[in-house]
Amino acid sequence: MNVTKLMKGNEALAEAAIRAGCDAYFGYPITPQSEVLEYLAREMPRHNRIVLQAESEVASINMVYGAAGAGFRAMTSSSSPGFSLMQEGISYLAGAELPCLLVNVNRAGPGLGTIQPGQGDYFQATKGGGHGDYRLIVLAPASVQEMADHVFLGFDLADQYRNPVVILSDGAIGQMMEKVTFKPYQKPTVDKSWATTGKPASRKRNAISSLFIQPERMEQHNLKLTEKFNRIRESEVRFEEVNTDDADYLLVAYGLSARIAQKAMDLARAKGLRVGLLRPITLFPFPEKRLRELATQVQGMLTVELNSGQMVEDVRLAVEGRVPLARYGRMGGMIFTPEEIERQLETLFEKAYAN
Amino acid sequence: MKQLEELVVAGFGGQGVLSLGMTLAYAGMIDGKAISWMPSYGPEMRGGTANCITILSDTRISSPIISKFDSAIILNQPSMDKFAERVKPGGLLLYESGNIFKPSTRTDIQLMGIPATTEATRLKNSKIMNMIMLGAYLQLRPVVKTEAVVEALKEVLPEKYHHLLELNREALELGKKLIQELELVG
Repeated sequence: MNVTKLMKGNEALAEAAIRAGCDAYFGYPITPQSEVLEYLAREMPRHNRIVLQAESEVASINMVYGAAGAGFRAMTSSSSPGFSLMQEGISYLAGAELPCLLVNVNRAGPGLGTIQPGQGDYFQATKGGGHGDYRLIVLAPASVQEMADHVFLGFDLADQYRNPVVILSDGAIGQMMEKVTFKPYQKPTVDKSWATTGKPASRKRNAISSLFIQPERMEQHNLKLTEKFNRIRESEVRFEEVNTDDADYLLVAYGLSARIAQKAMDLARAKGLRVGLLRPITLFPFPEKRLRELATQVQGMLTVELNSGQMVEDVRLAVEGRVPLARYGRMGGMIFTPEEIERQLETLFEKAYAN
Repeated sequence: MKQLEELVVAGFGGQGVLSLGMTLAYAGMIDGKAISWMPSYGPEMRGGTANCITILSDTRISSPIISKFDSAIILNQPSMDKFAERVKPGGLLLYESGNIFKPSTRTDIQLMGIPATTEATRLKNSKIMNMIMLGAYLQLRPVVKTEAVVEALKEVLPEKYHHLLELNREALELGKKLIQELELVG
């Protein structure tokens, strides 16, 4: 039976974790995501699940390593400065191929920055904030509904690929309230015979490690991971298109920025400018192919992000110079208005039509 | 006809700014509309100015953050100074007259002030001021049904305050009445 509620993004995410069969949550409070820990601290014990406020983010991520290694659905959540503290552990989780869900409710930085929303952690999430050669599956919710949906999807993808999944949200999506519908969910059956749950006489011991001292063995492991990341690139690209059919110009934006860009698109369309929107839902893998196709259709693209230009680099790689590409951003917790983006579009249109 | 209402509620922390907007959002959901409620968050909630944007729509809502509003409910002077210019021409600016000494002088919007704080004192509960404002707003902009608001209050108010539901309903009615009287006076 479907259940519809009015919830904050952070609360919807927490509720979804319970419904997705999350066995254990480890976390440490930080604005603007503390509602996740608060909600789970209240609700998880009623479902006989583990919720633990660790002494730090470093502890949280290593507890996730332990729980995931024992075959449990485990997760943590934090916001930018706290998420940075977890990067060593995330590298180990990726190296040991442990499925888990990690949530970053992005605030503006660098450093302690501010508690207001930002998208400055795009590079960290998509390019690997920790050391070594790894990729995370990165989901970018743009609504309270997706804050919930991406939890189910994230856990499932993590199990399917034995890889950490990141939900990269932001302070606004975390704090705002919208309608959210929870549909019945069946946790897929996953073979976790690799988990370290105690050695029965019937099999050899299981060991979970990211340590491969011999270079030959390490490289074999790297090749295995690379093959996995390529499979993910092939099969898991997700994006949404709005009004791209007849678009002369394309906005590219994710998360909160995509919502504001959509309104800017409506304003531009009301003035007769044919603007479309492509919203990446997965930031890794990135919708490169579709962007490359659209590059032959539109006269220009404009990426809008709450940073100094990060995703724009992936768009640039995708379109390979086929189309003029501009970027616009605000930083420091300041947020662009739909009108602000629409003015950028008008300027670009003037230039495009002048040529 | 397609309906869209973009509202900002702004005032001091503690005046019930966020719960006013949230009650309306809940009511919108009960009425089957798409809704979004975007609060200001952080230190400003603790005694400084607070605001929230509530959007009700018959279709999917694009941006939850906007800079121009169809309506504004303003509960203190700093918020009047900040938001009065951001009401769209032809829009509504409803304010709490006891807290505002210098209302906007705009002539291209509907400006209405009601003494909700004084009226709340008459109901013997100063915290009910925000519901008087909501009642007044709904009289001017009936974007949701009153029954939906009463239903919504059951969700917004923690159960330990459910004995106050009747008082909240009275406050909504009082707000409506205050506007009716103002309109009669012209």
